[in-house]
Amino acid sequence: MLSYLLATLTFAGVYALLALGLNVIWGMAGMINLGLAGFFALGAYASALATVALGLPIALGIVIAIAAAALAGALLSRLTLNLRGDYLAIVTLGFGEVIRLIAANEIWLTNGSDGIPGIPGPFRGALTPLQFNALSCGLLLLAVALAWFLTERLRRSPYGRALRAIRDDETAAAVAGKPVRLYKVQAFAIGAGLLGLAGAAYAHFTSYVAPDIFRPLLTIYIFLALTAGGTGNTSGAVLGAFLVIVILEGSRFIEPMFHGMSGAQGAALREIIIGSVLIFVMRIRPEGLLAERPPKPVEP
Amino acid sequence: MPNTLLSASGLERSFYGVRALNGAALDVRAGTITGLIGPNGAGKTTVFNCLSGVIPCEAGQILFDGADITGLRPEQISQLGLVRTFQIARGFPKLTVLETLLLHGDGQPGENVLTAVFTPGRSRARERDLIDRAREVAEQLNLTGVLENMSSDLSGGQKKLLEIGRALMGRPKLILLDEPVAGVNPALAGEIAERIAALRETGLTFLIVEHDMDIVARLCDPVIVMAAGARLTEGTFDEIVADRRVQDAYLGQRA
Repeated sequence: MLSYLLATLTFAGVYALLALGLNVIWGMAGMINLGLAGFFALGAYASALATVALGLPIALGIVIAIAAAALAGALLSRLTLNLRGDYLAIVTLGFGEVIRLIAANEIWLTNGSDGIPGIPGPFRGALTPLQFNALSCGLLLLAVALAWFLTERLRRSPYGRALRAIRDDETAAAVAGKPVRLYKVQAFAIGAGLLGLAGAAYAHFTSYVAPDIFRPLLTIYIFLALTAGGTGNTSGAVLGAFLVIVILEGSRFIEPMFHGMSGAQGAALREIIIGSVLIFVMRIRPEGLLAERPPKPVEP
Repeated sequence: MPNTLLSASGLERSFYGVRALNGAALDVRAGTITGLIGPNGAGKTTVFNCLSGVIPCEAGQILFDGADITGLRPEQISQLGLVRTFQIARGFPKLTVLETLLLHGDGQPGENVLTAVFTPGRSRARERDLIDRAREVAEQLNLTGVLENMSSDLSGGQKKLLEIGRALMGRPKLILLDEPVAGVNPALAGEIAERIAALRETGLTFLIVEHDMDIVARLCDPVIVMAAGARLTEGTFDEIVADRRVQDAYLGQRA
């Protein structure tokens, strides 16, 4: 049971990293990104291939994963600078699917739908499964804390102020003298880097990646997490991610209460619960559990 | 003209076959409050959009303070000291008034992403200067009491004042005001006009699009009249009021 809790907390950490990444792209800069699963997959595969195929150390694999996702994010946002709203949503959704399809079909590189097994985890061989879960959980929470600290610092900085201005009104921000295009590419790359980090963490923790893991549903879960937690609020992103995991995992324990329910019905029940909770949260707190607040100005 | 601050000539811009600007030209002399008037659809706002780089013009040349600014991006033009406001106060709803003003300050090292994340201390000194400047601007515009409010919570008149305040933050040379008193009650409109006149005394130059003729008469000299995407005439308010062509442009030609 403890091992299960630790594993769940680790997954919550992965979700929190994803939500923090989305919070930079969508919460602060206002760019919609429905391709979260794609960046997550990119990070997972990059680190998996670097450590399994090339035999590089895990730390280096993670750095490569962050860099690969950030680069892809910079490139994608550079290509879509003039797209807004719905159109950016379509392109990023397409990007996510393209990454998944590449992973499924470029068998020489990714081993196709069989996936890549045996991805090393830190000290996996030397530890009992429980110890390994505890270590992973600790590392993940540390990564979340660091990501929280850095993105919150970003939000409070003059850079973050300009980013929020761009989100609210791009043209007015340009007239305010801000290089809007540069900001958007940078913000997208930073957010994508965090998504890549989440992917790498996932791969090394579970030791296995396959294309099926990276379905668009994951993107929806993260959007739910951020929306419920509070778009634009760094702590809200983390809170929302934990909330979604609690609901996803908690509903496992509700299922046995209904006798004679099939597996498919159980899965559907989870979706219903997630949807209902989100509607409820939005009904009572439209801004999310933790609303965005402007940072306090520097004391003169 | 030696003291011409802004000079635009031959501006052209079409939107899907509608020629919004048809060789529009205008000059703004330093130290003036130049008015830009004309009937709806004359191309006044398009001129502003072209001058500020928000919508690039298709032909023509724009000279500002001795430099050719034709085709520059909005942020480059703003950084040179030519700043515009918007007709419908386009605030940043989730920024406070103070943040909105700070945003328009320049030379903030904390706007570099690496500085912002890794060495935030380096932006603090500049931030303090900007806060001082923002308080100064707020005082000039009677906005001190609402500095901590969200910009979306301001009244219509305060939003208009904030528009001017934003433009002032970067210490511009020329401010383009797009309908600074539209939709504001007459008392406050008079107050805004007084602020603009007072700012001119500090050495600023204004180009103002405005439909309120009392305000134009009070503030603007000279007044440029546009019609059908080009300059129709220019003169003092009394001159253009007496001009038959101006009356025709507004009211239509008599049979």
